[in-house]
Amino acid sequence: MTGYTEKIREAAKRLLTEKKVDCFIGFRKGSVPMVNYPVIVSDPAKADELIWDANCAMNLANYVIGRKDKVGILATGCVARNLVTLVQENQIKREQLYIIGLPCSGMIDKSQVIDKYGDVEIVSVIDKGDTFAVEAGDKTDVLKKADFLSRNCKICAHHNPIEYDEIIGDKVADPETYIKPEDVKKSESMSDAERWEFFEKTFSPCIRCYACRNACPMCYCPTCFVDESRPQWVGKSSDETDTLTFHFLRALHLAGRCTDCGACERACPIDIPVRYLTSRLNADAKEIYGFESGLDPKMRPLLDHYKLDDLNDFFK
Amino acid sequence: MSEWEPKIVTILCNWCTYGAADLAGVNRLQYPTNFKVIRVPCTGRISPKMILAAFRSGADGVWISGCHPGDCHYIEGNFYARRRFTMLKALLKHVGIDERRLHFSWISAAEGPKFAATAKEVIASVKQAGPAHQLIKTKAQVI
Repeated sequence: MTGYTEKIREAAKRLLTEKKVDCFIGFRKGSVPMVNYPVIVSDPAKADELIWDANCAMNLANYVIGRKDKVGILATGCVARNLVTLVQENQIKREQLYIIGLPCSGMIDKSQVIDKYGDVEIVSVIDKGDTFAVEAGDKTDVLKKADFLSRNCKICAHHNPIEYDEIIGDKVADPETYIKPEDVKKSESMSDAERWEFFEKTFSPCIRCYACRNACPMCYCPTCFVDESRPQWVGKSSDETDTLTFHFLRALHLAGRCTDCGACERACPIDIPVRYLTSRLNADAKEIYGFESGLDPKMRPLLDHYKLDDLNDFFK
Repeated sequence: MSEWEPKIVTILCNWCTYGAADLAGVNRLQYPTNFKVIRVPCTGRISPKMILAAFRSGADGVWISGCHPGDCHYIEGNFYARRRFTMLKALLKHVGIDERRLHFSWISAAEGPKFAATAKEVIASVKQAGPAHQLIKTKAQVI
């Protein structure tokens, strides 16, 4: 993934000067290591601020929702799928988007790197392709990227964007079969009581900051169900039942829409593996309906179409 | 102390199962009365939020019933509902809520006996699962 930066700057400059797009959504360097800021560039002269490395993990699809102008945007496999879903759901028109596809080999999980160094301050992190250099304290280590990949990137089935107007870089090999996340696989052999205990233990520390909701490009309702008061589906307090209900419904609203980009998990300030619930639904959508979200702009989302012979086992 | 009886929230579609419940009544078919019926226009009207709201209010079980697939008064409402409920059921199982607490059925307005039989089946199943203790929102206690 190194070497994308120059090509991205060139493309952004070209698109903006030729007036093919009104603005360009990408990343610029952040002020702390491993955090890059999303940026919307509309002046071709400022296109040189754009960068790309393995820390561009925020989901840029968030910033196209409801835009009226023509937008250039960088899209990895998962972001491109999010864009397709947003087109399906009429949040933006495909003609408004100029998608620059980036084959992606995965993002670095910054909390794993921070955990490794504990109290030692990390000064800089530089992406070097298969490895990355971490300058912490007074020494520099070169670490293998494969050991520090985000959990969702480890099981990613679509590294290459499916929908794009132009593509930068060489395609990355996808795994041949669909990989189920470890915790979901483990939960299948647990009893109801054990699953409940795990769910309660995992999600009850949540402080309900709603960062997972805000980071998600698929959560764009003008009024979220947690903010509704008549009827009030979820209480506003930090009551455990309310917290669990929030997570349950948040996941359910993403059924057949989630692309497993991992933005929710990265946004969590206390590292709750919030993908535990959405992964289950992704796996079920795949197993029951053979459906994966965002693969085809002409297709309707999972819960917006049906087949006469859909699964009917559990109806009496 | 008398034996524990389950509380079941039942959501019925106006055009089919509500009619079936009526027919069961007219035919004087006997079935236990553990459930409270909520009438909705279509199973497609039912949001998973409503089912969760029932559990949060302390329901021991929820039973949803509507027209047979293909017989929906609104042509396709129950087809959408079926997909939605499939996902809901999967997620409830995933978080560890007993599958015996949530029931679905297709009962047409002509199937009074099926309504009575299914009612018995649902109640027996929820009884087996026992009193609900998960996802219940407890009221604030004054101390």
